[in-house]
Amino acid sequence: MTYNKRSDGRKFDELRPIKAEVGVIPRAEGSARFQIGKTVAVAAVYGPRPLFPKFLKNNERGVLRCYYNMLSFSGSGERVRPGPSRRSKEIGLVTEKALAPALDLTAFPGSTIDVFIELVQTDAGTRCAGITAAAMALADAGFPMKDLVSAIAVGRIDDKIVIDVDKSEEDYEGGMADISIAMMPRTGQVTMLQMDGYLKRDELREVLKTAQKACAEIYKNQKEAFEARYTK
Amino acid sequence: MGELHVKERDIVVPGEVLATGMDFLPAGGAYRDKELIIASQVGLIAVSGRLVKVVALNWKYLPKKGDTVIGQVVEITQNNWFVDIGYMNDAAISLKEGTIEYIPRGADLSQYYNYGDYVVASVCNMSRLLDLTMKGPGLRKLTGGRIIKINPAKVPRIIGKEGSMITMIKQATDCKIIAGQNGYVWMSGLDPEKERVAVEAIRLIERKAHIQGLTEEVKSFMEKELGVKNDIQ
Repeated sequence: MTYNKRSDGRKFDELRPIKAEVGVIPRAEGSARFQIGKTVAVAAVYGPRPLFPKFLKNNERGVLRCYYNMLSFSGSGERVRPGPSRRSKEIGLVTEKALAPALDLTAFPGSTIDVFIELVQTDAGTRCAGITAAAMALADAGFPMKDLVSAIAVGRIDDKIVIDVDKSEEDYEGGMADISIAMMPRTGQVTMLQMDGYLKRDELREVLKTAQKACAEIYKNQKEAFEARYTK
Repeated sequence: MGELHVKERDIVVPGEVLATGMDFLPAGGAYRDKELIIASQVGLIAVSGRLVKVVALNWKYLPKKGDTVIGQVVEITQNNWFVDIGYMNDAAISLKEGTIEYIPRGADLSQYYNYGDYVVASVCNMSRLLDLTMKGPGLRKLTGGRIIKINPAKVPRIIGKEGSMITMIKQATDCKIIAGQNGYVWMSGLDPEKERVAVEAIRLIERKAHIQGLTEEVKSFMEKELGVKNDIQ
């Protein structure tokens, strides 16, 4: 039994349609909206601002705090219970670790940069869409960054490597491996790598290769969002 | 030797390779990684000779020594005034740096600068604490007029090359204008209508800082609003 056709007819290395925008939350220092297929993530950045409680303060460097949340009506319509869950706290942590390498936090000692990510509509690939949106929001705010960060969810379904899994593929009957990758596109440096499932070693190599190509394409979309904002 | 990959006024984002080769030098929102010049901020390219500069379109104000800033007094203690300049922490003006006059110990500091007063000051120390001084040419308490807050990244455009833009607005609207590096701008004019036009002109520059031909656009905007032909410069 092998996975031959994707549920929406996409090629195995084809991303869902992407729509990226910046400056969507005018009150924030920086903000962005990233949509891939039906997954919509909105990110807003505030700071640098004083950090309370004081014991969390680091006088050598700034602190990056990331909050991930799914809105109650995102997903299949079964109300997502509000408030932080273990899952959202973990996603906040990996998001922070995915974005921090791109920033120079020593420029803001003792302060915090707060990144809020809300998932307005979900169809898998949410933490990746969130990280992609958050990177645009940080750049929109003017923070000097080594590179943007782009993220994508890759799947191994039976013996096929597929790019940008959607919910139906995530729930595939025969089981699958779901790999979330974030990287800085120019150098291909990986800043987040998570997996659910099983993978052979050379399959992992192929996953990373296809992810790098996908992230390069996502980077193009991120850049176009800024070009659209500033050519009026 | 070396190759430039972008041209003047291109929009770039962090991570974009702008030039290859040791000939080029990064400036503004750009940095060097081995022989590549890479953008670190979202901005417009400005090339002058070997200098590849990214003029950032948005940035959070980071105080530098020597910056002229405008701030509001928010706290007064025995020996300091604390001023909000839109940075993360409030800036401090010590007794010594408050004015060239001698201030005796135990004096009531609010007699000099009171809560809510706006002042023009200069950044004299940016280490762990942020210190300002009021001792210097043009530094004083601001009375009358109004304060508007603009994006700090647009201040250079408001001032213009050698002050050309800000001078043009001042002359056309008969207003006194001081633009702080932190994005706080003070303006004061005798005619409230002309003061309003000055405010709108500055907001126009803030919105369209990245567009070419801005000087002409601002000039014709002011002429239309003021209803007179101004032949400045």
